[in-house]
Amino acid sequence: MAIFQVNTATTLMDTIETVPIRTVTDIVIARQRGRDRALSMRFSETEATLIATIISELARNIVLYAQHGEILIGSLDNPPRRGISIVSRDEGPGIADVQRALLGGYSTSGGLGLGLCGVRRMVDEFQLETAPGKGTTVAVKKWAR
Amino acid sequence: MTDRPSLPHNLEPSSDASYLEVLRELVAHLRQNRTQLREEWARRIMGAKFLTAMTNDEILAECSAVYDNYLGALETGSIEALEAYARDLSERIIPRGVETFEVVGIVLLLRDVLARSLFAKYGANQQVLTRVLDAYEPAANRIANTVAVGFVQERERIIRQQQEAIRELSTPVLPVRERLLILPIIGIIDPQRSRQLTEQLLRGIRVNRARVVVMDLTGVPTVDAAVANHLVQTVEAARLVGAEVIVTGLSPELAQTLVTIAVDLGKMATVGDLQGGIEVAEKLLGYKVVPISLQSDP
Amino acid sequence: MDVPILKQRDYLIASIQAVLTDRDLLNLRDKLVQQVGNFRSKGVILDVTGLDVMDSFSVRTLRDMAHMIRLRGADTVIVGIQPEVAFAMVQLGLSLEGVPTALDLEEGLAYLGRIPKRPVPKHRP
Ligand SMILES: Nc1ncnc2c1ncn2[C@@H]1O[C@H](COP(=O)(O)OP(=O)(O)OP(=O)(O)O)[C@@H](O)[C@H]1O
Ligand SMILES: [Mg+2]
Repeated sequence: MAIFQVNTATTLMDTIETVPIRTVTDIVIARQRGRDRALSMRFSETEATLIATIISELARNIVLYAQHGEILIGSLDNPPRRGISIVSRDEGPGIADVQRALLGGYSTSGGLGLGLCGVRRMVDEFQLETAPGKGTTVAVKKWAR
Repeated sequence: MTDRPSLPHNLEPSSDASYLEVLRELVAHLRQNRTQLREEWARRIMGAKFLTAMTNDEILAECSAVYDNYLGALETGSIEALEAYARDLSERIIPRGVETFEVVGIVLLLRDVLARSLFAKYGANQQVLTRVLDAYEPAANRIANTVAVGFVQERERIIRQQQEAIRELSTPVLPVRERLLILPIIGIIDPQRSRQLTEQLLRGIRVNRARVVVMDLTGVPTVDAAVANHLVQTVEAARLVGAEVIVTGLSPELAQTLVTIAVDLGKMATVGDLQGGIEVAEKLLGYKVVPISLQSDP
Repeated sequence: MDVPILKQRDYLIASIQAVLTDRDLLNLRDKLVQQVGNFRSKGVILDVTGLDVMDSFSVRTLRDMAHMIRLRGADTVIVGIQPEVAFAMVQLGLSLEGVPTALDLEEGLAYLGRIPKRPVPKHRP
């Protein structure tokens, strides 16, 4: 919660859209919302796909590790820059080894372990807060080129 | 010229007989003193250190031409000829670095030189002077405006043209023959440019239905680790949309950077120079005609 | 969302025309691996034109699928990856290493046609 407030200092509060994540169908819904938001903010088709990919990774981690949680999509207002903020949060088990999880190639589910470190590479700002048994919040920002 | 705002093409719609008579008279006066006034104008231009990019002879020649066009515009009331000349002049002097303030300054100087001459001639008779100035001022203002606006528009057009040329030049995607694209990269690559380059290449592959791309790096002086990684990503992205990339022109420095950042060069098809790269590409495309199984079986 | 699988001579062709959930993709994988055996197909063309995103899960699933099909004796070629999707994939650090790709269905068919015949195991003296 704390991160969310810090991270959205420039997020227009009334633009925030919350997508609850419980099933694999919600992953698809969330990333489509992200793409639509990006396109409506005149992000390029390529950038919109990047946004959708980021959301897909974060939402899947929720379904996979925390069962349920939510994705928040907000517009950043910092003229002349346009940006999107994405927050993924859950109250799942938390990430035991954050360092390794961010390094990449580490997976507790037989995955590629590329999700988090890939997302980090794709965004302009990345914050992660997690505590065992408390949950995980990932907050990222991406500016339009 | 579609985006040009319409400029008034008649200086003074008034056909008032006395106005026309005054105008005729002042044009006659300015024509009589043509040589002297023209030189005075040129002197003032040089004195103000305008047009330093041009020689004195060039300045004198342009002054003569502009002066005559100027009188023509005053006399006929039509600024079309002057407008065309101003455009042509702008086109010639912009590449030499002449700035907007110089052009505006020059036109105002001419206005000043001519006004002084009119003062000297008609100054004794206040009434006549007023009538002369009433005829001269609006015409002179509109001429000044025309020349300055023409210059600025021409300048903007040239800048736009140059920007487009640079954008295209920086990442040309050349379809050299069916299914084969060449991407010669020239100059420094930064992350922003390498992203543009990748997007352009991927689109080029789809549009041209390319199967092979030769990416020539002969013109790339150096790359840092970040850019090298981008290049590798570009090659991989091209493969994902369905085209094989052959990298040519890797300088020893570039090769070293790639090795140092632990890029698996084995994954990248590299050929010494562009010519060799094109040959390999054509062989790859011809693969359809002569299957490897027939070649390699003894 | 069920993806139809077409059989054309020696090949199976699956065209993803709409967005798929993870479950749909897994179903498609299982169906293809199954049918390659049933029809003794020599190749599989998977057209992913309709995929809006290829993230770590889809890439892993497609890679696994290609490997499984390989073990069943057929080749896979993935076609129709959109430029934006390819761009996002490499940014994420994903590559479909070891899985052949081609521009579209037509190029995919051409690719499979170019693959030399598998050597039939011969008895060596
Ligand atoms: N929301 C979360 N809650 C708990 N643990 C998480 C969460 N997100 C990630 N993790 C942990 O971090 C590890 C790395 O996550 P990451 O998304 O990078 O890879 P992955 O999900 O294992 O594989 P991939 O995303 O490549 O399919 C996971 O294996 C998991 O242990
Ligand atoms: Mg993950």
